[in-house]
Amino acid sequence: MSKPLLRLSGLEPFILTPDIPFVNVGERTNVTGSAKFRKLITNRDYATALEVARDQVENGAQIIDVNMDEGLIDSKQAMIDFLNLIAAEPDIARVPIMIDSSKWEVIEAGLKCVQGKPVVNSISLKEGEEAFIHHASLCLAYGAAVVVMAFDEAGQADTLQRKIEICERAYKVLTEKVGFPPEDIIFDPNVFAVATGIEEHNNYGVDFIEATRWIRQNLPHAHVSGGVSNLSFSFRGNEPVREAMHAVFLYHAIQAGMDMGIVNAGQLAVYDQIDPDLRDACEDVVLNRSPDGTENLLEIAERYRGTGREEKKRDLAWRDWPVEKRLEHALVNGITEFVDEDTEAARLQAEKPLDVIEGPLMAGMNVVGDLFGAGKMFLPQVVKSARVMKQAVAVLLPYMEADKEGGREAAGKVLMATVKGDVHDIGKNIVGVVLACNNYEIIDLGVMVPPQKILEEARKHNVDIIGLSGLITPSLDEMVHLATELEKSGFDIPLLIGGATTSKVHTAVKISPRYTRNQVIYVTDASRAVGVVSALLSPTQRDEYIENIRTEYAEVADRHERAELAKQRLPLAAARDNALKLDWSNYTVQAPKFTGQKVIDDWDLAEIARYIDWTPFFQTWELKGVYPRILEHETYGEAARNLFADAQAMLQRIIGEGWFKPRAVIGFWPANRKGDDIQLYADDARSQPLQVLHTLRQQTSKRKDSPNLALADFVAPEGVADYVGGFVVTAGPEEDLIAKKFEAEGDDYSAIMVKALADRFAEAMAEMLHERVRREYWGYASDEAFSPEELIKEPYRGIRPAPGYPAQPDHTEKQTLFNLLDAETASGVQLTESMAMWPGASVSGLYIGHPDAYYFGVAKVERDQVEDYAARKGMDVAEVERWLAPVLNYRPTGSAEVAAE
Amino acid sequence: MNSLSLPRSPSYDAITQAADERILILDGAMGTMIQTLNMTEEDFTASGHIHGPNCRHHSDHPQKGNNDLLVLTQPQAVEDIQLQFALAGADILETNTFSSTTIAQADYGLENAVHDLNVAGAQVARRAADRATAQDGKPRWVAGAVGPTNRTASISPDVNDPGYRAVTFDDLRSAYGQQIDGLIAGGSDLILIETIFDTLNAKAAIFAAFESFAKVGRQLPIMISGTITDASGRTLSGQTPTAFWHSVRHARPFTVGLNCALGADAMRPHLAELAGVADTRICAYPNAGLPNAFGQYDETPEQTAKLVEVFAREGLINVAGGCCGTTPDHIRAIAEHVAPYAPRQIKETADV
Repeated sequence: MSKPLLRLSGLEPFILTPDIPFVNVGERTNVTGSAKFRKLITNRDYATALEVARDQVENGAQIIDVNMDEGLIDSKQAMIDFLNLIAAEPDIARVPIMIDSSKWEVIEAGLKCVQGKPVVNSISLKEGEEAFIHHASLCLAYGAAVVVMAFDEAGQADTLQRKIEICERAYKVLTEKVGFPPEDIIFDPNVFAVATGIEEHNNYGVDFIEATRWIRQNLPHAHVSGGVSNLSFSFRGNEPVREAMHAVFLYHAIQAGMDMGIVNAGQLAVYDQIDPDLRDACEDVVLNRSPDGTENLLEIAERYRGTGREEKKRDLAWRDWPVEKRLEHALVNGITEFVDEDTEAARLQAEKPLDVIEGPLMAGMNVVGDLFGAGKMFLPQVVKSARVMKQAVAVLLPYMEADKEGGREAAGKVLMATVKGDVHDIGKNIVGVVLACNNYEIIDLGVMVPPQKILEEARKHNVDIIGLSGLITPSLDEMVHLATELEKSGFDIPLLIGGATTSKVHTAVKISPRYTRNQVIYVTDASRAVGVVSALLSPTQRDEYIENIRTEYAEVADRHERAELAKQRLPLAAARDNALKLDWSNYTVQAPKFTGQKVIDDWDLAEIARYIDWTPFFQTWELKGVYPRILEHETYGEAARNLFADAQAMLQRIIGEGWFKPRAVIGFWPANRKGDDIQLYADDARSQPLQVLHTLRQQTSKRKDSPNLALADFVAPEGVADYVGGFVVTAGPEEDLIAKKFEAEGDDYSAIMVKALADRFAEAMAEMLHERVRREYWGYASDEAFSPEELIKEPYRGIRPAPGYPAQPDHTEKQTLFNLLDAETASGVQLTESMAMWPGASVSGLYIGHPDAYYFGVAKVERDQVEDYAARKGMDVAEVERWLAPVLNYRPTGSAEVAAE
Repeated sequence: MNSLSLPRSPSYDAITQAADERILILDGAMGTMIQTLNMTEEDFTASGHIHGPNCRHHSDHPQKGNNDLLVLTQPQAVEDIQLQFALAGADILETNTFSSTTIAQADYGLENAVHDLNVAGAQVARRAADRATAQDGKPRWVAGAVGPTNRTASISPDVNDPGYRAVTFDDLRSAYGQQIDGLIAGGSDLILIETIFDTLNAKAAIFAAFESFAKVGRQLPIMISGTITDASGRTLSGQTPTAFWHSVRHARPFTVGLNCALGADAMRPHLAELAGVADTRICAYPNAGLPNAFGQYDETPEQTAKLVEVFAREGLINVAGGCCGTTPDHIRAIAEHVAPYAPRQIKETADV
């Protein structure tokens, strides 16, 4: 079991682990210990008082002690005010607070102001056991650790014996009667002044150290702390000596087990670096080891007076940066100290004061916004940044008022409201804070504000902008409603939208179209509000800003609509209802020259080469661009030219040496659409059914008049004599052997080149053959006369869709086609298990001749179609799902487990 | 004022024992379920009764959206939702009292109804729990839900005065005290202080719970659940998960954990941090992902459950449930997915 440890927290945790020898508790925010701080609090100069606290933390205080016990001030109110102010300073509030007072009511008031786990300093048996138990129980209920003073009904413990007695008694009461966790108990066995000239005081240092040793050995898990500066009280005004005494005292007390102390974190001397004479003299006094120790120290103390070290300087290197950077640094780090002078410097450089706000200050706030968005700042820090901004704006304000041409006599008025039905307003309030920091006037209507009230108040106050907030989902509809009302009522001011469930998409799609007179703008978070409002109210930036938002939202809305359509799937029946309905009433198509299959073997390699589309060739080599322009490409034109020259050289050899032996088979069959499929017949009388070509239908939700296509839609229904063809072409198996030969010779480049060219040959054959089909074998376009270059753009009638491609993603349809064509025997092309063609340089497909036929993508399909399709094909649903896996719009049953393994 | 020495409430030990044996299931999102009912102002006010002169909870404010009011005006609808969650596998049912404090009800002009809202809220949940138990014989417990209110005790809403507070510890303590008194009177087995974005609010609720326990002479198990709102992994008021734990550990809570604002995926690292430092049980009830562009939660029961299962597999949790967007189907899936895993072992905190 690990040891119970003292656990405290501010915004960040603090754990007193055994490897921390000593905890520095900052003492400077203590009116009893610091004259400077007392003066600041008495004068209510809280801003400077906070700087004192910040310095303590920067100088390494792990806890800060706050004490307001001063007769002339209202200690309780001062404690509340100061702790609340600290809570707004994240770089101070990150450490735990020690709430220090001799008055319980002040302590209790302080306990009600800190969200972290603080330390109470202190409680004691001074007023008896009952009060002690009461206070300790309350500390427990508030969630605080406690410092227990060695003090009882008889007074403060001065001797070792009394210290031990009281601490032991307090420990027993706390752990046994109150149930206080022992690790949350910190004893303060009283540090008293030594070297006062009074003999009884001489052993105070030793008594403290020995009491510490006893406590740590006998009271498990408890800690020991003390107010170190008391020790050197008699040397007030001689800081070097005081520091030395403290260092010597701590050196010994820490060894005895003192693990916490109230010290000036910025002013701790290092034991080893103290002048040996001074150190020895201090040691004599602290450890009471020489009867004339006090005399001796008093004597040498005079030598050190006035040689005090300077306080540790903060890192102010950033003060040398350019003024824009200084302002940014101040905003990001929430530093108000120099912001007045920096803003003034920026103003003198700027053409007009407003430029400082719209320039460097806004740029700095944007950095804050970026950091917040990236999780590198958290909310209280952003609010702090906004306050720095406010201070900067305050510097500029008088100049802007004087400078009427600045165009901003007063910053704008922003009306804010949480919409009807919603009570969440924390985010709205924060936006209000941030905007108010920039001198905008905020008219906050609160929560659950009905639309009518928003309109009335907006009119009454003549506001420049309306901001709506909401957290719950129904609020989104309220916002849409309000936008509609604004439009109806003739408003012409920007409308801002914010809150947890709001979004840019919702704003662009649902709210913005309802309010066209001005612009609706989604604000991501409070850190962005200033930038948005400032741009909207700036005469120079407004128009361009709104125009950009408008363009952006139009794009967002459009993208959203497309994405939604892409996501939605129609039921199969509905998709069929929206099938393409061609007019077949007067349709006739010429019968092909033959039906059944036919091998084509009169290939001329040089002729094929004319039909090569070179653009995909370059893509194979990852050079993206259209041939022939790619040869002149700025960056890789030269590479393309070299590649092309090599390809041409090899092409000449392929043709000249007859490397490839191309083969092809085509076929035509009488055909009619049957539902989503195409029925083929063996004879022209269409009495003998042959095979069925199955096709898949688009189930995407279409815009307006677009049909949900299936390939079958391009084929005439029964009663019209229509035909469908099919083909398989291959450049032949030779490419594979040639490539292997190149590889064996270590010429991988040529191996890839020959394969790439074989692929181009197969594609060119398909193009060339398709042309011959149109002009000759089927002959429906006998007078067609396109050049090979023109063919690339597919200007001709009819299509040749391939199974496994977007228009028919089912690869198994290749099997039907191959059977019809007896393709293996006729062309030598085989289908592998996975329905790939071998040799690789092969192409297959259907011929569809209708003039309106075009290529399309089936995209994702739903379960209802897959089940219907499987039944039509006579296959298991699961098997169809396996083949169609990439286009399924659902997760097939039983596949989840497989995927998880 | 030392309720930790009070005797434990009657069901305390049974809950503890059940939690030792398995990961307990907390229910899902009441608000999400209520939204699906598309209730009107009429429904919320029991046909305008709330606006009538004879109503003891009279208010002139519109009430649509005041979900907590439904325990008085549509108790059957609330009970049915809770029953669905119970039958889906929830061991612990949350009362529909997230905003039943004088502070939160002030927006609806129903401060006077707060006591009744909490008593009725607990009773309705109790009825749902008992009906479920009658059906399947499994015990169910009612957690009295204590929300954050819509005021922050650590953050000033007034820019010109960062030291100003719109609500104080004592305001909260008294409001929470009233709520917790009602929740106990209505028969709650646990007190769940949830969706904590400002730890000082939670500390006031803990203090109030201690006071309420002292009044009835027994202590109920307390569940404490914070909310990480910032991308920086902090609460709204700026605390890290560990700092948050240190601030509430004095409650000796039955569980500490996280809920809301994040889906399970994004919650995981923060939950892991908490589980690494807290020497008590851990409870997690994330949202069903993040809301989409239209405020809806898209995560399917299976998706959420798989992510919550990761918590269980990594030994991070003792109690699991769902927040915004989680339906009975989500809870059923979560219950099924975490069932094979043992609850997290509570160890002495392992720093150093």
